[in-house]
Amino acid sequence: MLRFISRRLLQSVFVMLAVSLLAFVLFRFVGDPIAQMVGQETSIEDQERLRDSMGLNDPVITQYTRFVTNLVTGEFGYSYRTRQPIGEMILDRMPATLELGAVSLLISLIVGIPAGIYTALRRDGFIANSLLIVTLIGVSVPTFVIGIFLIYVFGVQLGWLPTFGRGDVVALGWWKTGFLTLDSLRSLLLPALTLGIYQLTLTMRLVRSEMQEVLKTDYIKFATARGINKRTLHFNHALRNTLVPVVTIIGLQFGGIIAFSIVTESVYQWPGMGLLFLDSIRYVDIPVMSVYLVLIALMFVIINLIVDLLYFVIDPRVRLSSRGGSH
Amino acid sequence: MVTALKRYVLERELLYLFLNSKVAIIAAIIATLTIGSALLAPWIASTDPYDLKSFDLLDSLYAPAWTDEGDERFLLGTDDQGRDLLSAILYGTRLSLLVGVLSITFAGLLGVTTGLLAGYYGGWLDTIIMRIADVQLSLPAILTALLIDGIARGILPRESHDNLMIVVLTVAIGLSLWVNFARTARASTLVERNREYVQAAVIMGMHPIRIMFTQILPNIMGPIMVILTVDLAVAILLEATLSFLGVGVPPNQPSLGTLIRTGTEYLFSGEWWIVLFPSLMLIILIIAVNVLGDFLRDALNPRLR
Repeated sequence: MLRFISRRLLQSVFVMLAVSLLAFVLFRFVGDPIAQMVGQETSIEDQERLRDSMGLNDPVITQYTRFVTNLVTGEFGYSYRTRQPIGEMILDRMPATLELGAVSLLISLIVGIPAGIYTALRRDGFIANSLLIVTLIGVSVPTFVIGIFLIYVFGVQLGWLPTFGRGDVVALGWWKTGFLTLDSLRSLLLPALTLGIYQLTLTMRLVRSEMQEVLKTDYIKFATARGINKRTLHFNHALRNTLVPVVTIIGLQFGGIIAFSIVTESVYQWPGMGLLFLDSIRYVDIPVMSVYLVLIALMFVIINLIVDLLYFVIDPRVRLSSRGGSH
Repeated sequence: MVTALKRYVLERELLYLFLNSKVAIIAAIIATLTIGSALLAPWIASTDPYDLKSFDLLDSLYAPAWTDEGDERFLLGTDDQGRDLLSAILYGTRLSLLVGVLSITFAGLLGVTTGLLAGYYGGWLDTIIMRIADVQLSLPAILTALLIDGIARGILPRESHDNLMIVVLTVAIGLSLWVNFARTARASTLVERNREYVQAAVIMGMHPIRIMFTQILPNIMGPIMVILTVDLAVAILLEATLSFLGVGVPPNQPSLGTLIRTGTEYLFSGEWWIVLFPSLMLIILIIAVNVLGDFLRDALNPRLR
């Protein structure tokens, strides 16, 4: 157990080092930082002095070490475009994205898992077939088209829900939450639905195919032959093994949700991290891009780590193979 | 490769299964129609949407021809620049397909080559390639594509942006999709490399590279074909998304995503057709490719039959 964990931790550190190296190369060599910071009228000597004082003439290794140290201590530098500290910009935007992501993940799981189980058990029923057609649409219709459609129907035609921004948020310290007022909850509904639909279809399709595979295994056939009642068979024996991969799905999905929130946030002008990242790409704001990259990678590494550890707890096979020392 | 494919088709009775699946046939017909009309766009379309002289700002925002405010010259109406929407959609589909096919080819070549190398040689080469793949797999494709797109914007001079955007998009989307190919090719190669025909080739003194591409590759084409189709849909979707977000193809050469982006600006004032028709085209295209991909996957997976 301890060996497994330390191995995974080491891997995570390796990934973060690789990503931070990429971010450093991006920050240091894509465009000239000095040219971005000063105007045309600054003399070459002044530029050189600035370059020296910022340590841009130091050996690359020293610069990289400093870059990593700064990141670890939370010194993220300043945006080229707004001149604000990046740490503050991201902290300001993070709650919006996390709340949006959490609600869409909830939607995708609460609807997706039962629908997946249902379609696996009733393979040729009318409802199952219609659900499958709906998932095909969910996978094929791009998130932004779903968003535009929802805006047109519920925002423009019916006028029921707001289609722009977060509404009235309540500040709890630095965390501005949208869960506490009716206005902000109404604003949350359409974006969360837009983001959730695609994930929902993914959950459903994966649960369905996992369940189908499990139902074909020998132990299920054997249990059927023994005459165990269908309900126990499906929900005790089959479902348990189906849900092991589902844990991974949830982990991966949260990553997907964070990534696709870029699109949703753009459609609804939702003031989250995705919109910040998109703006940084549009205006070639390299420092913001590289910090976003590191933070997102960190988020993903942590999620993957948690998923792996959960696997260890849930699936006895993983436990056995690690004890045997083969991996 | 063609003969290998043909053999594969016969072996697996793919054609038989295909002819017995109504959904697959319909999807294939729709895919052929959309792809065909897009390829023939220069001959079918009434105007050339890339040629500034061929359209007039005075014609802008006409509704579709069958509505009251329509004009019979423009079947699906016009956009904000006065372009015939039908022509713009045909050319846009062509551009979307072009970027999709180019990037998936790029991803396939890169992924299959690295996968073959990793699977055949094993050892440190395998470790390095698969570690990179793991790192990249933990980032969703759209994020990778956006990031590469952003880096390219930083490196390339501003003037050449518009001309190089197609290349940039191809590389960005291709680099975000190669991992699937690499992992599949590697897994299949690991199985194949212990087979007798590979050992025979080794004994005959064939060069490893030649063994990989002439002996192993034809035998692992099945799963790669599936990914090729499934990920083509993903590539088209990525291009549309990037263009919709305003970091894809430039507005003077609209792809489907760009058209939808322009359309949303007019949605609130009631000009619904600029959004609707390109979206429909995009959805039909992706559904058709997805259905074909699903069919291939099910047909090639003996466990599900």
